[in-house]
Amino acid sequence: MARPTASSAPGILGWLDQRIPVVDFWNTHIGQYYAPKNFNFWYYFGSLSLLMLVNQIVTGIFLTMHYDPTEEGAFASVEYIMRDVPFGWIIRYMHAVGASFFFIVVYLHMFRALLYGSYKKPRELIWVLGVTIFLALMAEAFLGYVLPWGQMSFWGAQVIVSLFGAVPFIGQDLVQLIQGDYLPSGATISRFFALHVIAMPLAILLLVVLHLAALHEVGSNNPDGIDIKAKKDSSGKPLDGIPFHPYYTVKDLFGASFFLCIFAFVVFFQPTFGGLFLEHDNFIEANPLVTPALIKPVWYFTPYYAMLRAVPDKLLGVVVMGGATLILFLLPWLDRSPVRSIRYRGIWSKLLLASFTLSFLILGYLGSQAGSETNTFISRICTAIYFGFFVALPFVSAWDPPKPEPDRVIMHE
Amino acid sequence: MSKINLQFLALLTWAIAAFGLASSTPVNAAAKACLPFGDIQANATDVPTLRRGAQLYFNYCAGCHSLEYMRYGRLAKDLQLSEEDLLNNFAFTGARAGDFVTTSMPPGGRGNLPGSQEWFGVTPPDLSLVARSRGVNWIYNFLNGYYPDPKRAVGWNNLTFENSAMPNPLWELQGIQEHMVPAQAGDPKADAASVDCSPAALKVVSAGSRTAQQFDTDTRDITSFLEYVGEPAIIKRETYGIWALLYLSLLTMLFWLLKNEYWKDIH
Repeated sequence: MARPTASSAPGILGWLDQRIPVVDFWNTHIGQYYAPKNFNFWYYFGSLSLLMLVNQIVTGIFLTMHYDPTEEGAFASVEYIMRDVPFGWIIRYMHAVGASFFFIVVYLHMFRALLYGSYKKPRELIWVLGVTIFLALMAEAFLGYVLPWGQMSFWGAQVIVSLFGAVPFIGQDLVQLIQGDYLPSGATISRFFALHVIAMPLAILLLVVLHLAALHEVGSNNPDGIDIKAKKDSSGKPLDGIPFHPYYTVKDLFGASFFLCIFAFVVFFQPTFGGLFLEHDNFIEANPLVTPALIKPVWYFTPYYAMLRAVPDKLLGVVVMGGATLILFLLPWLDRSPVRSIRYRGIWSKLLLASFTLSFLILGYLGSQAGSETNTFISRICTAIYFGFFVALPFVSAWDPPKPEPDRVIMHE
Repeated sequence: MSKINLQFLALLTWAIAAFGLASSTPVNAAAKACLPFGDIQANATDVPTLRRGAQLYFNYCAGCHSLEYMRYGRLAKDLQLSEEDLLNNFAFTGARAGDFVTTSMPPGGRGNLPGSQEWFGVTPPDLSLVARSRGVNWIYNFLNGYYPDPKRAVGWNNLTFENSAMPNPLWELQGIQEHMVPAQAGDPKADAASVDCSPAALKVVSAGSRTAQQFDTDTRDITSFLEYVGEPAIIKRETYGIWALLYLSLLTMLFWLLKNEYWKDIH
């Protein structure tokens, strides 16, 4: 395959490019990847997710050097990192706070897709891969949360792993297979450690590569949701497209450094974030004989936890909780609107998305609170709204009259 | 970037900062704990405070409560004392600088001496991380919340940690404060007495060696010391943070200018 820029490049680049397609790769994915020029605030969170992934991997590597994946050593080794390892506390805080920030940016990234219909044809596969990353990330976060072996690690593991016990017939065997014991124990720590540092990161990295490959194949959506490839100049470049480099590299550098300011503020000034990012009970070593007063997952799992608690039957609760994440896969085929962006959808579509978002936030709050009758009642309503969104979407999106879309993208200076 | 988005960013930053500041003192893990003396601002980065706190801790607490993740050498460094001075003054167990702060009363006893389990019915917990799990307000209130209670095996009870197995270690300093709402037989509110949670519920009836104000400072110092012990990095964490933020905000400003330079022709 001829690559004119390749062979003509001088020196090392030319030598390299005749042997491996570096120039071609650069051009396809960065140098001549044309992205819509009207990306707004919401479009920072893709690159920020990547930044947090790198943060987790790099800090994770250093933590692995000092962490001891045994029942006797796990808790103490985390304190060893916090106290005796030079700069260990920064690394550990970056990793722990990083997990929460990863979920913040991923949730905002997913919300962006909902706002601008980024999951709609031809980007269904990008969405499907993205939801898969989200699921893998939840597994990764849960596995990692168990490793410090504090009270919440232990009891969180106990609650979550026991959910697999609701599977008919094989439930109990499945639970023992997952934790390698009758209770969460040293066997659980070592296998969760293996999954957390090797298996899941490999899977997530592969999925991210596929997510980006699929994105670059069809091109990015934009806040107006219109196809920029429909209007091209004489040389075949989209009129509303600009090369990713330098325009979006410099823009994302700004976004990343601004984001890191917030991140650093939390790492250095509020690393536990009032018990939200690092929970108080997790500073007590795991003790199978003492149950904490309130067992709750970290904040990013609480919406799903609230749904689990809202259902009286255990198996059904697990089905509802699992269904709440899996139903996201169907979104591209449930949305039948002729337009993508929320900007050109009718008021009913906007209300539908708003009620979905609100129910998710309320569930998140309820899941972090102790169970009560009121809590369960509101959780049930919100769970119904959450699923109602997916039920109503095919009808509302098809029926709600859209506004006319513009020919070209609109820049908001 | 549009005006609205800038506002959104400002709002987001503000929200995170506000939440962070609002939660700057650890929430108390035990939600129902009685904290009659309110919240305090511990001062875990002030060396004189930490030295006073350490002195009190080693004189009144360390006999039973270990700090199993804290090394004497690290303490010396952070309290700005020589290792020799520190070991001479604080280590009563013949420990060396690299050793962890252990107690001289092991749970199972030593030789033919009884262990802490036998003394109190429970092993006094390690306090390395108590400020992180219970919070500084809890510690401060606990230290101030003792009153004599003949119904308890050790003769003491505590407003903040009801029916604690721990006797008041600081009574010589504080004096003895009585519970002012004694339960009376036949009183339907009898049980309420034990949960009355206000500073007025306790009153010093016989003075200790310290005045009320001095004792308040003492308990704050111990609390600050325990906050430091829970996270020794706290000594330099915020100082590093200021430099990190200065660097990152400068970088953000430069990237903002760079971005605007590149984007000025895009309309």
